[in-house]
Amino acid sequence: MSKNTLYDKVWDSHTVARLDSGQDQIFIGLHLIHEVTTPQAFGMLKEIGSGVAFPGRTMGTVDHIIPTLSQIRPYEDELAEKMMAALEQNVNEFGVRFLHLDSGKQGIVHVIGPELGLSQPGMTIACGDSHTSTHGAMGSLGFGIGTTEVGHVLATQTLALNRLKVKRIEVTGSLGPGVTPKDVTLRVIHDLGIKGGLGFAYEYGGEVFDAMSMEGRMTVCNMSIEGGARIGYVNPDQTTFDYLEGREFSPEGEAWERGVAYWNEIASGDDAEYDDVYEIAGESIEPMVTWGINPGHSIGISQPLPEIGSFAGEDRKTVEHGYDFMDLRPGESILGTKVDVAFLGSCTNSRISDLREGARLIKGNKVHPGVRMLVVPGSQQVKQQAEEEGLHEIFTEAGAEWREAGCSMCLGMNPDQLVGAERSISTSNRNFIGRQGSPRGRTHLGSPAVVVSSAIAGCIADPREMGEQA
Amino acid sequence: MSTKRIEKIVGKAIPMPRDDIDTDRITPARFLKSITFEGIEKALFCDERENTPDHPVDNPAHKGANMMFVGKNFGSGSSREHAPQALKRFGVDVLVGISFAEIFAGNCFAIGVPLGVASAEDVNELIRQAQEEPETRFTVDIGNSTVSYGDRVVPIDIQETRKAAFLAGTWDMLANLRGNLPQVEEVAASLPYVTNFESEAQ
Repeated sequence: MSKNTLYDKVWDSHTVARLDSGQDQIFIGLHLIHEVTTPQAFGMLKEIGSGVAFPGRTMGTVDHIIPTLSQIRPYEDELAEKMMAALEQNVNEFGVRFLHLDSGKQGIVHVIGPELGLSQPGMTIACGDSHTSTHGAMGSLGFGIGTTEVGHVLATQTLALNRLKVKRIEVTGSLGPGVTPKDVTLRVIHDLGIKGGLGFAYEYGGEVFDAMSMEGRMTVCNMSIEGGARIGYVNPDQTTFDYLEGREFSPEGEAWERGVAYWNEIASGDDAEYDDVYEIAGESIEPMVTWGINPGHSIGISQPLPEIGSFAGEDRKTVEHGYDFMDLRPGESILGTKVDVAFLGSCTNSRISDLREGARLIKGNKVHPGVRMLVVPGSQQVKQQAEEEGLHEIFTEAGAEWREAGCSMCLGMNPDQLVGAERSISTSNRNFIGRQGSPRGRTHLGSPAVVVSSAIAGCIADPREMGEQA
Repeated sequence: MSTKRIEKIVGKAIPMPRDDIDTDRITPARFLKSITFEGIEKALFCDERENTPDHPVDNPAHKGANMMFVGKNFGSGSSREHAPQALKRFGVDVLVGISFAEIFAGNCFAIGVPLGVASAEDVNELIRQAQEEPETRFTVDIGNSTVSYGDRVVPIDIQETRKAAFLAGTWDMLANLRGNLPQVEEVAASLPYVTNFESEAQ
């Protein structure tokens, strides 16, 4: 059993009771809510005549269904309008804070939490969305939950949870040129498998994480759940404190000092014990891209597609299905695979650093005429910052579409969707069948650099070779 | 919020042999645009059913089944409760598989759908039995942790604490959680960030 890790310390300090079910009742420090997974939960409160126990520890926004083109109400999509209206009514009725479209602060929950300083080290954070693991980058524990559990948090500010084991993922050395945090997380999932994290929280550490930006850490923690780990986190350090200082909900003055002391205290101790440790040499990580139908189906971009025989017998059925669905063959190179759509956005890669990286690479180039490229900032603040820096002009001059903040083409809940058997290269987090809105649509996941190099080439391309082409 | 004891489920089974079936496939995202779970069962596997004429869910031989046998890592991906809700509302009262994703398993527990885990060999046997003799009536015995048909008894693993809650009818956690509200206040007061570090915590 793990000992003296951040996970253990935060778990213990947030334990309310041991339940008859054998689970622990855990206090939730921040509850983020959005339109998709809450209407039934508020309905549950009405049914039992309960209010929201800690409205001050709850924050709402809208992200999944929101159109990124025209946001004029009522929305063209009647169902989306209905969900939006339900959320507005619920937050009003229950006195919950809400970052509306006209707040200038709306965005994807996992972008705005850290951005506003709402997500802080040592907190437990819950949201009815599996990518809540993102907030672990702040040194917090982020729990993705279902709707019934959203109801539990609204009514009691607690969850009934099973304690997880802790696996330390140590990435040593440094990353090569063109290799990004997205490649690190895809490599972890590649190595440990999509169910390797079942029953575990992942603690990410080592020199690569010490040197990684906060936004990079968010990208990695975001995809922990794709490896089966409900929780992923990085211990808070000076990088964390520098990021947090001066944000809207961050403490100030003496309170800030007390905050830093607390945050240092809750980090894993030098004597921390883990249930398991996995080590990767940073130098061995290549830009990664997925070829199949789950985030574990990935390769280093220059590698040939894996032979079916190289997988464990029990995995081969899914691998064959993946090759068949994606219309690819083992042994071939993935480079040169034609793409129809390039998507730069989602809670994985829509922060300002992602957009800066994309703009840097696309500047002076054109999106291939056969490719539709969408660039979708993760929040209104990211959008504003990007526009102040002129990034939007770089993207539109290259032929990409510049959109309003939202989840967009990560999932088929808004007008941004693949059509028919379109093939996309995407910075999002899931290449599941049907994920991007078309039952036959095909998704390849990659970093912002891979998405931009591919958008320019019209096919999957290695960002490390961009300079040589020019 | 009344809950009921869940001790034994008897009926036919739908075999779903594939591994890594994610919640986007169980309930595609575009069907989440609703403010209730009512009718969500219509979305159950709808995309693959459309493209698969002999999909197990539509196979008349499995009509009226109340359990599902699945492969490994069932329910991975999105946390959407719509997936277990769709299964439950379609009539699936229990699932037996090789393994289940974490959040999916939590959601199933929260709405009173037991999950049984068995070896790949045993699950494949159950799947074959349901495919080859779809009229077979299986009995999932929660207390004894078994699935049986004919003379055959297959052991399954049900997380002990969840098993106890199903048997006692205490799986709806809300009442338990609400009962501890005074302690919740105490824990909140002990956490310095709850006041945004404006005052020393107790």
